[in-house]
Amino acid sequence: MSKELSYLEAIREALAEEMRRDPKVFVLGEDVGPYGGAFGVTQGLYDEFGEMRVVDTPISESAIIGVSIGAALRGYRPVAEMQFADFISCGFDQIVNQAATLRYRYGGRASVPIVVRAPSGGNVGGGLYHSQNPEAWFIHRPGLKVVAPSTAWDAKGLLKAAIRDDNPVVFLEHKYLYRRAKGPVPEGDEIVPIGVAATRREGADATLLTYGAMVTPSLEAADRLAKEGVEVEVIDLRTLMPFDKAAIFASLDKTNRVLVVHEDVKTLGLGAELSAVIMEEKFDALDAPVLRVTYPDTHAPFSHVLEAFNLPNTDKITAALRTLVAY
Amino acid sequence: MPPIKRTKFKLAPEQLLEMFYWLKLIRAFDERLSILVKQGQVRSGVYTGIGQEAIIVGTCFGLRKEDFICPLHRDLGSFLMKGVEARVMMSQMFAKTTGLSKGRDSALHSGVTELGIFGNTSMLGANLPIAAGLGYTFKMEKVDNVVVAYFGEGASNTGDFHEALNFAGVQQLPIVFICENNQYAYSVPLEKSMAIDDVAIRAEGYGFDGVAINGNDVLAVYQASLGAIARARAGDGPTLIECKTYRWHGHSEHDKAFYRTDEELAMWKSRDPIPTFTTYLRARHVLDDDKQKAIEERITTTIDDAVEFALNAPDPAPEDAVTDLYA
Repeated sequence: MSKELSYLEAIREALAEEMRRDPKVFVLGEDVGPYGGAFGVTQGLYDEFGEMRVVDTPISESAIIGVSIGAALRGYRPVAEMQFADFISCGFDQIVNQAATLRYRYGGRASVPIVVRAPSGGNVGGGLYHSQNPEAWFIHRPGLKVVAPSTAWDAKGLLKAAIRDDNPVVFLEHKYLYRRAKGPVPEGDEIVPIGVAATRREGADATLLTYGAMVTPSLEAADRLAKEGVEVEVIDLRTLMPFDKAAIFASLDKTNRVLVVHEDVKTLGLGAELSAVIMEEKFDALDAPVLRVTYPDTHAPFSHVLEAFNLPNTDKITAALRTLVAY
Repeated sequence: MPPIKRTKFKLAPEQLLEMFYWLKLIRAFDERLSILVKQGQVRSGVYTGIGQEAIIVGTCFGLRKEDFICPLHRDLGSFLMKGVEARVMMSQMFAKTTGLSKGRDSALHSGVTELGIFGNTSMLGANLPIAAGLGYTFKMEKVDNVVVAYFGEGASNTGDFHEALNFAGVQQLPIVFICENNQYAYSVPLEKSMAIDDVAIRAEGYGFDGVAINGNDVLAVYQASLGAIARARAGDGPTLIECKTYRWHGHSEHDKAFYRTDEELAMWKSRDPIPTFTTYLRARHVLDDDKQKAIEERITTTIDDAVEFALNAPDPAPEDAVTDLYA
């Protein structure tokens, strides 16, 4: 059984179901209480669960995450909301130095089951501080997991998995998808496991690795290539750390060509790591260099004209795929 | 609520002798570490609290196992008082597998959740948001346990200090914030790091009481913390106690502390918390030569045994450098 929900509603449903299932789950953040969150994700939770489990906080990202870590040490499973992923830098130390290292420095005798939800990404005219894609900062820090769903189904299932995971998880929900991505969502308790990619389209001529809001333009580009007789396999990574190496390599063995598409900037983005891993471990399987379509190494501008110049889109991805298969 | 400085208390002779034991043990432990690091037997990570022992003894004495402490880097003694064996703490300093972090990190960067000890990172003040989270869980559970959170006057200038104390004030959390004002943040003296004389007045900005006391008088510290703990257990919220003290050694053992005068050090040594308390105990016939000798022998035996144990304990297996990152 499934029903149609928006990506945003799917996240809210995951939160509500997990809070009903486990009294140790609670949410905290700025405006998450009666107001229901800047984007409305937590609407209704305050009425159902009360102020102790739906905690309106001061503008204190470091405290929001630090309080979550403290509660996690006592067996709770807090879900911290960053109002925008851009603001996560204000709580950076608590994530990378406290949460990420705690198990290691405790000799394996403790864990930090927190989720930090962060609305990421651009294409909404948000400008420099409401559009960022900070995944690489956290992928780079051992001890953290990073997920980035692209569909309503995955948003619900991956958030449930993140809440039940015993490690700190940075949950990047793309704000462009909040109300635009609608689709079937399972009724009831279905988990999308962390660390498992989804093949969105099969093909034998090239592999396209992507995630988040880049999945849709990637599929559109693959459809264009199909009209030219080229079948592109589109893999939605879903989990960025740990990424699904087995799925990537299996596809590569079939296609021998890889394009990585992400909205994050190019230098030391996830594409750089994927390219390096493929080169190190699957060099013989490659018929072409691994190519990337990414945001250029710049900031997210406010003007539509400027932002459109930066964002990867169907045309840019199509062009890169043509280059890749012609190599 | 009466002023916490005037909280009534009565300690039995055995309890006073126990306080004496802890003061002497903590002093002797740090003094031995100071020698071991000079001998090269301990690599680094020794930040002694010599001169500041009365703060730990006065605040930890009588805490419950369920209460949490969030110590700072000079508070090794608080680990001992909360129930970690001397052997384990010495092993931690020797980076052995029998230490809390199994060789992953030195000093107090590890904790024991079951004993109510949170181990901070090197980011001073970053323990305070976590203390708030621990306190929040006690409030959610409506239990009368408390959190005792330690920081230096230097850390009171961090954003985490502000975010945590503000959150604790808003939520009326059961936390006692202990400022160990030892006059220097590494080399920077008080007057260069704050434009006020007393850290205690900062509490007013968060809506709770702050009090400045003589941090070298173990009974004064005990009396103030007893009052603040009682207030926290009763649900009346946090208190800030600023303990004026002085660190005798440098910031760490390699710091020669040329930034201060010999006269200043001599003046503070004349306020050594241990002889003051010894005189008090002898005047009341709680302590005599035989009892003191027995206590000192017990301490020497404990520390000799801990060093022997740690020296002979196994080093970690090399490959444990990459384990315990994820649960």
